[in-house]
Amino acid sequence: MTAAWTIDAVRGSLAAKKVSAQELAADFYKRIGERNSELNAYLTLSEERAYRQAARMDALVAAGKPLPSLAGVPIAIKDVISTRGVRTTCGSKILENYVPPYDATAVERLEAAGAVILGKTNCDEFAMGSSNENSAYGAVRNPEATDRVPGGSSGGSAAAVAAGLAVASLGTDTGGSIRQPGSFCGIPAMMGSYGRVSRYGLIAFASSLDRIGPFATNTRDVAAILGVIAGRDSNDSTSTTAPVPDYRAAMEKPVKGLVVGIPKEYFAEGMDDGVRKKIEAGIELLKKLGCELREIQMAHTDYAIATYYIIATAEASSNLARYDGVRYGLRVEDDSLLAMYRKTRGAGFGAEVKRRIVLGTYVLSAGYYNAYYLKGQKVRALIAQDFRDAFRKVDVLVTPTSPVPPFRLGERTNDPLQMYLADIYTVTGSLAGVPGISVPCGKICGKLPVGLQIFGPAFGEATVLQLAHAFEQAGGGSL
Amino acid sequence: MKISRADVERVAELAYLDLSEAELEMYRAQIDEILEYIGKLNELDTASVEPMAQVLADDQTADATLREDVVVPCGVAAEILEQAPDPEPPYFRVPKVIER
Repeated sequence: MTAAWTIDAVRGSLAAKKVSAQELAADFYKRIGERNSELNAYLTLSEERAYRQAARMDALVAAGKPLPSLAGVPIAIKDVISTRGVRTTCGSKILENYVPPYDATAVERLEAAGAVILGKTNCDEFAMGSSNENSAYGAVRNPEATDRVPGGSSGGSAAAVAAGLAVASLGTDTGGSIRQPGSFCGIPAMMGSYGRVSRYGLIAFASSLDRIGPFATNTRDVAAILGVIAGRDSNDSTSTTAPVPDYRAAMEKPVKGLVVGIPKEYFAEGMDDGVRKKIEAGIELLKKLGCELREIQMAHTDYAIATYYIIATAEASSNLARYDGVRYGLRVEDDSLLAMYRKTRGAGFGAEVKRRIVLGTYVLSAGYYNAYYLKGQKVRALIAQDFRDAFRKVDVLVTPTSPVPPFRLGERTNDPLQMYLADIYTVTGSLAGVPGISVPCGKICGKLPVGLQIFGPAFGEATVLQLAHAFEQAGGGSL
Repeated sequence: MKISRADVERVAELAYLDLSEAELEMYRAQIDEILEYIGKLNELDTASVEPMAQVLADDQTADATLREDVVVPCGVAAEILEQAPDPEPPYFRVPKVIER
């Protein structure tokens, strides 16, 4: 068996009885056993659940029944997404022994489509970070360059797929946490529009920004997973009733004549030269594919980091108030209730989470609410307007995913502001709620992956996938 | 200086978060730098801009898409209590509540 399993290859091999779903799961667990002590991509394996589901798929094959779209496909789930009966830590000590009593809707839909859930992947604590170094369970290594970070916060989900330890995975994206690790690990990674995928069972960081989305080794598999998890869920009132198109069919359409906007603000100073060269080559390739390139302005881009770190931390400070040592998770005992709260939270949260709770509480507190939180919400409106204006002129926007290639472990941990500033190209689309994908755009010196980011208008996932697919098929990944 | 040590102490109190002396000083300095950076938003005149709390179109907001409010069986109370640090079914037990 090779490392390059795709969804179609799994289904085809199952149907042709070349391999059973249980053998395939066993093969993946064997590889995880070989690689995970080095990469630290998985935190918990759900073998019992995986083999139970694999046996169900094998029974369908034996009975000659039709196979569902993800039959037997081994998938990894980021550890901020709830899995019934399988430990879910959020990369935090405060949830070290937490076992959810229910499944996230996205997980339920994957299993209903036949997927085999292998386990839970490492991430920055409560999805707060851009390098996976904020996990209470240790950093993840980038399988493409093991002295480097895999990106974050969904670093484990990206590394697992890039290393062939899962065929696909789910991550979550609040300010870039799917797209940036996808870029760093050299695989396609997508967030749909806000409201496209139910957040039910996603343990909240910033509710107006959080989204669940897929990683895979190719864009067709990204489209297949997105198609399965997307759509209205009565358990999440922000999941929309907008119909879910057949992404795999839609993405095959030719891209000739597609109008691609190049926002000049995304090519200002601060970008690594190696990244710039690859992205410029990527844009040349789009031209060869017959896309019409148009330089445009997005005037408020430079204000996105400041806006994002107000809104995301404010929402986080509110969402994380639930960890109080009463109903689940860690409790540090004390004679008084309030001291128990304080000690539990002081001991259970790591450095980055505490930093964001303090900042978020501050920007919401009396006397500062108008100057920070309200101001942030107003500038968010301006950033979203930039996107709406742009999509009146162009079909999609193309930018780098990250201004820097994967950096060395420990290289950037001492300066939180510098780490935040590197999220500049991803947080804009998060604030605006639009869909975005990162697709491989070559490697610097043949070693460090670069990602090209494509944004589309709200609920324009099909167009985003269409261009990503054409770019991939034209060899964008080996530029 | 945007944020003082007393501010950080007050905020930690609001957030029920025990911070060590070293953490108080570290967060004060780091958050000061972040707030200094955030100050760039004041370059923008937003007097006539409506604040944006969420991104969905009007016909897709939570208010517009509420499901019918009906009782559905759940039955996970026992499992939920199993997760509690100090359960006394059907209750969560907490330390005695005293005046602040």
